[in-house]
Amino acid sequence: MTQGSLLRQILEYENRHDPYPLYAELRKTPVLNEDDGAYVVSTYHEVLSLLHDPRVSSDSRNMTQSAGIDLQDQQEEETTLPPSFIRLDPPEHDRLRRLTNTSFGPPHEPRRVHEMRGELGGIVSDLIGGIGDSGRIDLVEQFSYPFPVTVICRLLGVPREDEPRFHGWADTLAASLDPMPGEDPTERDKLTQKARTELGMYLAGLIEERRKNPQKDMLSELAVHKGPDGSMTTMELLSTAALLLVAGHETTVNLITNGMLTLLRNPQVLERLRTDPDLSVPLVEELLRFEPPVQLVPNRTTLADIEIAGVTIPKGASLWLVVAAGNRDPLRFEDPDRFDPDREDVRHLGFGSGVHSCFGAPLARLEAQVALSELARRLVNPRLLEDPPEYRRNAVLRGPRHLPIACDDIRP
Amino acid sequence: MPADGYLERLKREGRIVVVGASLAGLRAAETLRTEGFAGTLTMVGDEPYEPYDRPPLSKGVLLGRTTPDHTALPRRRALEADWRLGTAATGLDMAAKRVRLDDGEEVEYDRLLITTGVRARPWPHDGEAGLDGVFVLRTRDDATALQKRLADGPRRVVVIGAGFTGSEIASACRERDIPVTVAERGASPLVGALGGVIGQVAAELQREHGVDLRTGVMVTGLEGDSAGRVRAAHLSDGSSVETDIVVVALGATRNTEWLAGSGLGAGPRGIACDAGCRAFDIRGIVTDDVFVAGDVARSPHPLFGYQFLSLEHWGNAVSQAETAAHNMLCESVDRRPHMWVPAFWSSQFGVNIKSVGVPSMGTELLISQGSLAERRFVGVYGYQDRVIGAVTFDQARWLPFYEHLIQTTAPFPPPFPTVDRRPEGARPVPADFPDPSVPTHGPTVTLSGYSPADRRMTFTPGRH
Ligand SMILES: Cc1cc2nc3c(=O)[nH]c(=O)nc-3n(C[C@H](O)[C@H](O)[C@H](O)COP(=O)(O)OP(=O)(O)OC[C@H]3O[C@@H](n4cnc5c(N)ncnc54)[C@H](O)[C@@H]3O)c2cc1C
Repeated sequence: MTQGSLLRQILEYENRHDPYPLYAELRKTPVLNEDDGAYVVSTYHEVLSLLHDPRVSSDSRNMTQSAGIDLQDQQEEETTLPPSFIRLDPPEHDRLRRLTNTSFGPPHEPRRVHEMRGELGGIVSDLIGGIGDSGRIDLVEQFSYPFPVTVICRLLGVPREDEPRFHGWADTLAASLDPMPGEDPTERDKLTQKARTELGMYLAGLIEERRKNPQKDMLSELAVHKGPDGSMTTMELLSTAALLLVAGHETTVNLITNGMLTLLRNPQVLERLRTDPDLSVPLVEELLRFEPPVQLVPNRTTLADIEIAGVTIPKGASLWLVVAAGNRDPLRFEDPDRFDPDREDVRHLGFGSGVHSCFGAPLARLEAQVALSELARRLVNPRLLEDPPEYRRNAVLRGPRHLPIACDDIRP
Repeated sequence: MPADGYLERLKREGRIVVVGASLAGLRAAETLRTEGFAGTLTMVGDEPYEPYDRPPLSKGVLLGRTTPDHTALPRRRALEADWRLGTAATGLDMAAKRVRLDDGEEVEYDRLLITTGVRARPWPHDGEAGLDGVFVLRTRDDATALQKRLADGPRRVVVIGAGFTGSEIASACRERDIPVTVAERGASPLVGALGGVIGQVAAELQREHGVDLRTGVMVTGLEGDSAGRVRAAHLSDGSSVETDIVVVALGATRNTEWLAGSGLGAGPRGIACDAGCRAFDIRGIVTDDVFVAGDVARSPHPLFGYQFLSLEHWGNAVSQAETAAHNMLCESVDRRPHMWVPAFWSSQFGVNIKSVGVPSMGTELLISQGSLAERRFVGVYGYQDRVIGAVTFDQARWLPFYEHLIQTTAPFPPPFPTVDRRPEGARPVPADFPDPSVPTHGPTVTLSGYSPADRRMTFTPGRH
């Protein structure tokens, strides 16, 4: 087995349920040069330093060729929209991210996320209340999936009556990230494209509407905002909204599902959480280390030769940063394969780091804290019906496709 | 007496005295307990308060966002210490291992840690300094008094000195819509710490926020009214400014007078110590039971040619305190050097400013990312063809990268492209620091000792 095949093995679906032994293998070569020229970096300190390295670009226009393994799971939006800030470098990135932040975080809206706690609790409560047959629950379908879409709808300001339509589009788009083998790709592409167009038109309409009648929601604020950075064009606003929808949603689904799976595998922790909801705070941090929803950051490229860990990554190389492997680097974390919510120093890479560090992190944290503590409280004697569960195809955004569980009852 | 037996006893039932109960003192005390010190711990502090945090004093407190009594430092653990607050140490007898206190008592120690920090340099003319309305800003009491007067809605505030503290005070005044005049001897604000190029940016920032900034001038005198209240400041250019409040922000003086005659290597520049925080005596011999940390310490740093660095940086106080505490309790082979890369932050006029390394050593400056005009940038300082410091305005996330360049003595100018490089970042410019022989209001880093530029020196170790 050549070393270069390691990444392929990681991308193989059969290893999806447990890539961690492969990550351990990968870390033996902190900077691995793949046969096809891509560089895979897997150790904590090296990943962290590249995330802060201004010679590393996220802008697709700097990609020399599509070097590296073709990512089946296309994560990018269609080219009809301008790239969202996740695929831009400063200063464009900074400008769009700052503009987005004016309606999401400090200094303008320091309490926006915090103030959603009550609303999140309500959504969680409704979803758990609607579960029905507690003998067989698919946690993904019935809970982790609908939860974040609903949250994003409320955040953006999608009217309640339109939420079901929005969910439909979101489902189709999310499914496109997860190609099903044996399915006709052209048919799916068509569906995806259609959903994308419809969603785009819907959002454009909503933005128009909000320009005339601003409300206290993010779309309105972004639409009417004028500051030192100017304001967003409608196209920029659309790609930002699409980014918030896809990135903010796909990751939270997996964070919650991985979380519940980990808790069910660690019943003592689940029991502690049941009686002590405050445990959810350190617990979610440890989860982000132990089972991060984003496993690796592909699509970065080098603007110059970069020497790291004794290897020179040449200018123009395609770079893969395996954050999930860094999170279990024994040089950084003691006993890294142990899930330990009492861990004191959990500076994980689960949200990345540097200028692209996860924009939605405060919201994702709160969503997961509220969801997991409430699940722990209300499900009586929950248990896994399948271990490991069926995973999604996606190696980058990794998580179970279904999580069948059962419980004796659901507490009010 | 076998050394390890001694250490065990020290840990179990020894006496450790910490003089200076502020940031460095508290963090050291916590580390001592965490590392297993079970003996008697005495905390001597001349302020009546439990350890509190100073950075908020010139930021949140002056803005009225927090009150001075809400600045207590968070405790990491219980200390079980004997607190002697409101008590100043007045002397040290190294032979008898005793610290004299101003209440006449003496406390004995097996190990002593000195963290007496610095104090604000007062207005040098006694009569004028005593006028009602003249302030400095270093302590909780200073902040309480100043904040109260700001809340009364003064006609105007005059700030003397545009270093970090002075600039932050001016920023707070403007945010509260109080007219403010800043008088600075140098060519621009922050010039001593960051040089003239960045200083120019700071100057524009101040003016844009409505500060009446006067540079290249000195305040020559303060004038009071018949009731002893300050009413005007006179400037060297012949002008004068009517005002109700004057804040003197002329840097700091090290609290070492109480050590005069003790035989410890303590003076106006601080207390010299080795990289392991052990103090030197006046003969240049390192002591084994007296340690120093925080603003009062000067210690040699390998990255800067082993010159002695005195830092007035929050992070340094914490890190040095932890190192000192660790070293106080262990064998020489287990001691750790304090090799913290200097780092500092400030926030003023809505901008987050951070620096790493020692910018004030730099002779050249390269704007490697962003733009001065947008006031969002990374500036890299070069000294003798290597990277010696960096500063960011609203770009702090890149700092770890530049810190690494400093740590690895990377070449200057950095020979690679970076994201967000603008035309102005094409080549370095002179960093434009004022002549070091002209004193400024005080950079927050001071270098003393021989210079790494000094290549004439040869050192021949003794024969084997
Ligand atoms: C207004 C202000 C804003 C600041 N902002 C920042 C910032 O934004 N970023 C940053 O990095 N740093 C900042 N600093 C610097 C930072 O606060 C200091 O670096 C830090 O407080 C140093 O801690 P220390 O414990 O060494 O000294 P100090 O905090 O000075 O404490 C020394 C203590 O010892 C006491 N003492 C002195 N002599 C005696 C004696 N003989 N007996 C008993 N006690 C004695 C003093 O009264 C004092 O309480 C700021 C400082 C001030 C004043």
